[in-house]
Order: sequence, then structure tokens, then C-alpha cells
Amino acid sequence: MVEADPTQAASIRDLCKDYVLAGETVHALRDVSFDVPNGDFISIMGPSGSGKSTLLNLLGCLDRPSSGTFLLGGGDVAQMDDDELAETRALRIGFVFQSFNLLPGLSVVENIEVPLYYSGRLNIESRKRCLELAKMVGLESRLEHKPTQLSGGQQQRVAIARSLVNNPQFVLADEPTGNLDSKTTSEILDLLANLNNEGRTIIIVTHESEVAERTKRSIVLYDGYIRSDERH
Amino acid sequence: MATWLRTFRLSFKSVLLHPLRSALTILGIFIGVASVIWLLAIGEGIGRAAEEQIASLGAKNIIIRTIKPSSDEFEDGGYGLTRTDYVRLLATVPTIETALPIRVLVREFRFRSRSFDGRMVGTTPDYAKVTRLVLDRGRFLSDGDIENESSVCVLSAETSRRLVPYGEPLGIKIMVDDQFYVVVGIMKPRAPSAGIGGSLAAEDFSKDIYVPITTVWRRDGDMAIVIKPGTFQRDLVELSQLTLLVDDRKNVLPTADVVRNTLKLDHTLADFGITVPLELLQQARTTRLMFMLFLGLIAAISLVVGGIGIMNIMLATVTERTHEIGIRRALGAKRRDITRQFLVESTVLSLAGGFLGVLAGLLCRPMSVWIRSLLFQWFPEAMETLPELIRTVEPRMVSWSIPLSFAISVFVGIGFGVYPAMRAAQLDPIEALRHE
Repeated sequence: MVEADPTQAASIRDLCKDYVLAGETVHALRDVSFDVPNGDFISIMGPSGSGKSTLLNLLGCLDRPSSGTFLLGGGDVAQMDDDELAETRALRIGFVFQSFNLLPGLSVVENIEVPLYYSGRLNIESRKRCLELAKMVGLESRLEHKPTQLSGGQQQRVAIARSLVNNPQFVLADEPTGNLDSKTTSEILDLLANLNNEGRTIIIVTHESEVAERTKRSIVLYDGYIRSDERH
Repeated sequence: MATWLRTFRLSFKSVLLHPLRSALTILGIFIGVASVIWLLAIGEGIGRAAEEQIASLGAKNIIIRTIKPSSDEFEDGGYGLTRTDYVRLLATVPTIETALPIRVLVREFRFRSRSFDGRMVGTTPDYAKVTRLVLDRGRFLSDGDIENESSVCVLSAETSRRLVPYGEPLGIKIMVDDQFYVVVGIMKPRAPSAGIGGSLAAEDFSKDIYVPITTVWRRDGDMAIVIKPGTFQRDLVELSQLTLLVDDRKNVLPTADVVRNTLKLDHTLADFGITVPLELLQQARTTRLMFMLFLGLIAAISLVVGGIGIMNIMLATVTERTHEIGIRRALGAKRRDITRQFLVESTVLSLAGGFLGVLAGLLCRPMSVWIRSLLFQWFPEAMETLPELIRTVEPRMVSWSIPLSFAISVFVGIGFGVYPAMRAAQLDPIEALRHE
């Protein structure tokens, strides 16, 4: 059992994930270990089939590892039940998706508010916090817009604001610029870099090396192993 | 609390996102709830009407009527109830409070140039009380009238209007066939009582005059001669009807049995019939209960159909919103949050249907009047042939039908929403997120 280190946002030890597909066991991740110090800016790269998505799901607490430990905020994700996983997602992880994944029926502010609803932190102050976050991502003039009335870049900004609303341990971004043109991509990456400069821990899963170059540290997966883990 | 409020607001939003679909879903529950209320109200209305008609005969009464046996069974002798029956029953059965002898003859009434045929009812002072006739002015028959065999009469409202349209009828003399009677009182109008059961025909009080029974016996005797073309018939009848008033409601049925057995001893011919309104009342209640149960069943079926409609829509919604469920799960929603969201949504749908259904239920009375008038306009012949009870029935709101149907609609919403909600909650968040 590894003791939790307060300077680490998360620490991963000997993480394995096996799937049984058509009677055959597939080792999607094999003995993956790394630490995520507070304030780090990590990119996770790798060709398709390298275990990127599996690692993303594990980091996002959407799935449990087959073996190994994933310490997050003092608890081992591997030992958690479904409800605890959900709670961990709500409190400690901020998701940013490739396809933005905003709720179509809700306005910008309401979308930012959703994680508060599930973390049980919805109160009188929370609307103020949502407005601050909207302002931070530059959308204070579009608070009542619906996602369909926004451009892709704006939608991703809303999603970033949403990921921060619970003050998570780290922001987990899955190909955050995959659906954006190059100009918007650099804007979003600037925004993420700024957040990192303010002390936010950010993990980006991507296959674009231009995106990875903007981060401080790249972890490259290959066939379920960590092939390289280096700082720029 | 805030969580629930928010869930409700969210549900309203997503219900309003597909207005047509939601409206059609609501329609099922709406029809179910409205039909529960309507059917119960109509059932209650019919039941009450029947009960009131029976009750107007008097729940504590036992009505014995002379029935004419087939003509080859008696030869010019008398038949039917006799004065002896009257005296004997009154003397031997202690639970009989009053007995009301009645002799009805069809006569022609005349005043000056006006005349018409009606019933001359020979009876005693208790008649008004027992048959619930109300005096308008003057007085009803008195004990003195009976004793003195006076030639006085009391007119029904209709008789008074037809015979003496102008001026005050009190005190005048009218002719009944060839005999004079002095008018001493006028009754208030009274709706005819319906015929109930086989032995009791509908009774119309409108063309009556009431005279002391002793006077009838003295002046008209027991012989009624009916001359029709080709026949000549003499009926020797002492009493047309004997109405017994029993002292207590619980004694009515035993008394009826005693009376039946007593009378059987003397009446070898089947020349009398006993009607016990209380018995009919109890039968009517049983019938009504079955009727309500039956209507309730129909309404319940329609609610179940409505519930299946909700389930259907919710399942479609769950499939359609799988991606949304994935997003919510990723953002930290627990399984029970998802369950709650969908459950509240189906409850909102069914509550909306229930609410509208209750509103429509409250409109039952005016609506039924309107529908009936429309039906009369479109199919006058068909409507005329319907039984009176159906044509005139007034739906009566049953007070508990509103909370009942509302509660049912909530249960339907929850009951039929559980399965779709569970399915939504059981979705794997990773799969759900991938779903487009």
C-alpha cells in the first residue's frame, strides 16, 4: 500500500487493465506507473491501440483497474464502488471532451453548474462562481446562450469552465482540440496553458504532437506500456 | 430539497423539449384519470337516482298490493286484500306502527263544464306522511273525516289546476262521477315515482284526489264494474293497497316475512304482492357497487394503458439520451441521480396528465349536460328510447375520486417509470459517452 503524498495530485502504481474480448484476454495496460505532481501539465500520447483510451477511462475514474493502485485524494480508486467512483469524478476530476459534451437543453451558466449539482455543492454562492468562471473563459456576454448557438471554440471554453467548477485535483482533457480549427486550437491551448500557470494540474490525452509540445511533460504509451515519460 | 426542486425543474425542461411527444404521453394518463372521475361520477349519479326513487317509497315501508289473479281462478267472488287483513295485521304484528289502507278507483272528475279522468284514492290521514306528499294549502284528511265518512276531498296540484284553473278551489264542490265532494285541501306537485321491481308499477300522483276511505266504502262499495266492448267484468275488491309503516328499519325485513306468511294463510289465490323498498334499496346498493367496480376496472385498464405509454416514451427517451446520461455520469452523477432524474420525469408527465385529468373530471357535470343536449340534437329518436334513468342522470362527483385518481396517476408514473429509469442508471458510463 502506497501512502498518499500531498504534493501529488495523483499517483499511479503498476496499473493493469485486462479485457476479455471474444474469449481472449487483451492486456490494454501493463504495469503503468507514474506520478502527477500538483501543477503539472502532462500530455499522454500514443498510437491507436496503445491503451490511451483505457488509461483515460482509468484516470477519469470511469473504470477500475484490474490490478495496481491509483491514489487520488487519499483514496485508492481501484477499491472504490460505483457510487464512490461517481463522487470522486464529481469532486476531483474535471472532464474536457473532444466533442465538448455540453448538455444541449441547458444554457452556458447552467452547463457550468451541472458538476456542482452532483458534488452536492450547489448553493447561493455557486451561481456567482459559475459567472466568474464564464468570465475567465471569456463568455460573460453569452451566459444565457444554448450550446447550439455557440461556435466550437466557445463550446470548448464552456466545457473548460465546467471542468473547473468543483476545483478538481486535475483537469482531464481528451483530445480537447480534435474538433477545432488551428486558430481555435491555439486559443484553447493558450487557455489551458494559462490555467496551468495559475497552478491547475492538467492532463491532455492527444495524438497530435503540436498539442503535446505545449505541455511540460509527455508520456508516450505503446502497446500498453509506458514507452517514454520525459519533460520538455 | 434543493436537489429535488432542481430535478423537477430539469424534468419540466426536458418534458417541454418535445412538446408534442410529451402531450401525447400525457394524453394517456389524462384520459385514464378523467375517465376514473367521470365513470365514478356517472355511476354514483345513476346509483343515487335509483336509491332516491326507492327511498321515496319509504325505507321503513312495506307495500302490499292487490294483484288480480287470472280470471278463471275466481268466480265473481272478491279477491285481493281485505279489511280483515288490515285489521288483523295491525292487531297481530307488533312492529307495525301504522297501516295505511288504500282503495284506488278510476273516476271522472267534474267541475262546471270541465272534466277529466283520474284516480280517486280512498285512504286515511297518514297517507300524506307515508307517501311523502306535501300539503300546499287547506288541510289533508282528518280522523274526523274517516269517522264521519265525510264527503270531503283533497286535490293534487295537477287536478286542481285542470279542474279549477281560475279562482280558489278550496271550499267548492266537485263531482266524482255522480257524487259531490267538498275540496278541503290542495297538495304540492310531486314527481311520479318510478316503477321498481316486478310488483310495483310506476305511480303517478298528478291526477289524484284523496278522499276518506270510509266514504269510498260507503258510497262506492267494493264492487268495481268495468264495461268494455264485448266484456262485462265485476271486480270485488276491498283494498287496492295496504302500506305498512314499520317502527324500526332493522325490523322491516322480518316484519315483511311475518306479513307474507300471515297473508298466505288466508289468500289461496296469488292475489297480492309485497314490495319491500328496503330490500330493493339493498339490491340497488349491491348493483351499484358492482357497477362502480366494473367502471373502476375499465378506468384502471385505461390507466394501465396510459402507464404503458409513459414507459414506452421513457424507454425511447433513455435510448435517445444515452449520450447525455454518459455526460452526466462523467460529471459525477451517481446511479441514483440518474434514476431520480428519469423517475421524476415520468412522474412529471403522469402528474401533468393527472392534473389535467382532474380538471376535466371537475368539468364532468357541465360537459355531460352539453354532450347529452348534443346527442338529443343529433339522434332524437335513439335518445327517446333510452331509459329515463340514463336520459336524466346527473353525474355526481365522488369526493374521493379526485385524490384517488391523482394518487393512481402518480403511482402509474413511478411504477412505469422505474424500469426505464433503472435501465438508464445501469448504463456503463464509458459506453454511454461513446454513444452518439
